[in-house]
Amino acid sequence: MAPVIEIHDLSFSFNGHPVLSGVELSIEAQDFVAVIGPNGGGKTTLIKLMLGLYQPDSGWIRILGQEPKRACRRIGYMPQYATGEKGFPIRVLDVVLMGRISGTSLGICWGRRDRQKAMECLELVGMADARDRLVGSLSGGQLQRVLLARALVSEPEILFLDEPMANIDMGGQGILFDLLAELNRKMTILLVTHDIGLISRHIKSIVCVNERVFFHNAAELKPEMLETLGLSGESCPVEMIAHGVPHRVLKRHNADTDGRRQEKRDESYQSRRGQR
Amino acid sequence: MEILGYPFVQNALLAGILAALASGIIGSLVVVNRMVFLAGGIAHAAYGGVGLAFYMGWPVLPSVLGFSLANSVVMGILTRQRFERTDTIIGVIWALGMALGIVLIDLTPGYNVDLMSFLFGSILAVSTQDLMLMGILDLILTASVLLLYRLLLAQSYDREFLAARGVNTTVLHLFLMALMAASVVMTIRITGLVLVMALFTMAPYMAEKWTGSLMSMMIVAAALNTLFVTAGIALACMFNLTSGATIILVAACFFLLTRLPFPVKRVKGRAAQAPRGAKAG
Repeated sequence: MAPVIEIHDLSFSFNGHPVLSGVELSIEAQDFVAVIGPNGGGKTTLIKLMLGLYQPDSGWIRILGQEPKRACRRIGYMPQYATGEKGFPIRVLDVVLMGRISGTSLGICWGRRDRQKAMECLELVGMADARDRLVGSLSGGQLQRVLLARALVSEPEILFLDEPMANIDMGGQGILFDLLAELNRKMTILLVTHDIGLISRHIKSIVCVNERVFFHNAAELKPEMLETLGLSGESCPVEMIAHGVPHRVLKRHNADTDGRRQEKRDESYQSRRGQR
Repeated sequence: MEILGYPFVQNALLAGILAALASGIIGSLVVVNRMVFLAGGIAHAAYGGVGLAFYMGWPVLPSVLGFSLANSVVMGILTRQRFERTDTIIGVIWALGMALGIVLIDLTPGYNVDLMSFLFGSILAVSTQDLMLMGILDLILTASVLLLYRLLLAQSYDREFLAARGVNTTVLHLFLMALMAASVVMTIRITGLVLVMALFTMAPYMAEKWTGSLMSMMIVAAALNTLFVTAGIALACMFNLTSGATIILVAACFFLLTRLPFPVKRVKGRAAQAPRGAKAG
């Protein structure tokens, strides 16, 4: 089966500063990918390139075998934060319906099918009771769930989530990951997070982004592998990924020229985490 | 009341209501898009169109309409990427347009007493042709906002998301700028170019606090503007005051009254209900 996302030799720079370079990536259908890396490493940029919001300087991207601009309506997208401000006069249901918009959405009213689908998605994220509430009155976690419903309402084949766990407490994160695992049966999911402590056991593979992109597939994350390290994989794979050596479970990035740099970065990760 | 018998008062009232509707609808879009400064730039730069009309001997309102539309496209292209110096560019065009208008009028031979009326409005100046142009513009504005309502709402709330859905947000941005330019022209006779901003901001801001959707915000803002304009013109006629300034003082009084600290009925859902949905979060 052809991969749902294919990126070849992609480079992108912002005002002359390289953000991503030499990116090769191939993601299979039904994968559940965590995209991790430091702040400013290019995670969000990578997502926006895949959505067709930015144009690559070189290289190409195929989403479901198409150009990003053509495929974008088959993707559900949940941005890092909604740009809409608190005082904006809009109700929850109208925000969710926005997920079904296209250039031909003329007129004032949404169709019955659109509304039905929007309500289904609100129920899925547990926000059906809030359908008529003003978005400005929601808490951060509630808004997050409404935006997830908006990403789902177009019945996408791929789901892009940019920092979905921000503003959500630990209990909520567990619930959300269970929901995503459920959705993962039908769709491929890419989840961006800067907090590597948040990697759930539902995650199947990991993409590390820091100008260069490295893919670690499911094989590297097998529970048996964790057990051989003397740790119970089910309870907390997070610990091992986060703390690196001696619990390292991911292979070292094998681009030799980058080896030293990467090592340094890993160390700085650890020291930063240690300070917390 | 006998003053209503004069045709110029009837024209003024009709023009006022037409302008109030346009500025309520477009003003709401301006406020939710945080484009108030941009609208101010278009309104002031429109003075260049007035100068051009006098210099070339063209009819004023159609010339200003053409000039403002062209200007709005230029500004729209310059501001479509929200980079840091957007406000500076608006400031440049704001002053440039006004300066151009003043110099063109200097170069125009003859008697230029009418000019203040374009800056501050003059209800005596409304002609039947003006009314027709305003009526047509109102129809176009309303029809296009109704047609593109869902897209304009999505663009205002989350432009990047709309772009991620494959919609060309630059075209939509330029179209919104053109709508702004057209509605600025409508209000020239009533409040003048300098005071347009009051109709664009005060009523929509009040309406935003009382409503739960962009549509109802537009309707309430248009209704409030109609109230302000009608009352303002009546007072201006009674006490022989400048119409534009009187309208704005009426609006400002109303605005300040609603801001006083007595309990105003809140929209359902606007009140804090945070604990309710917290169960699953």
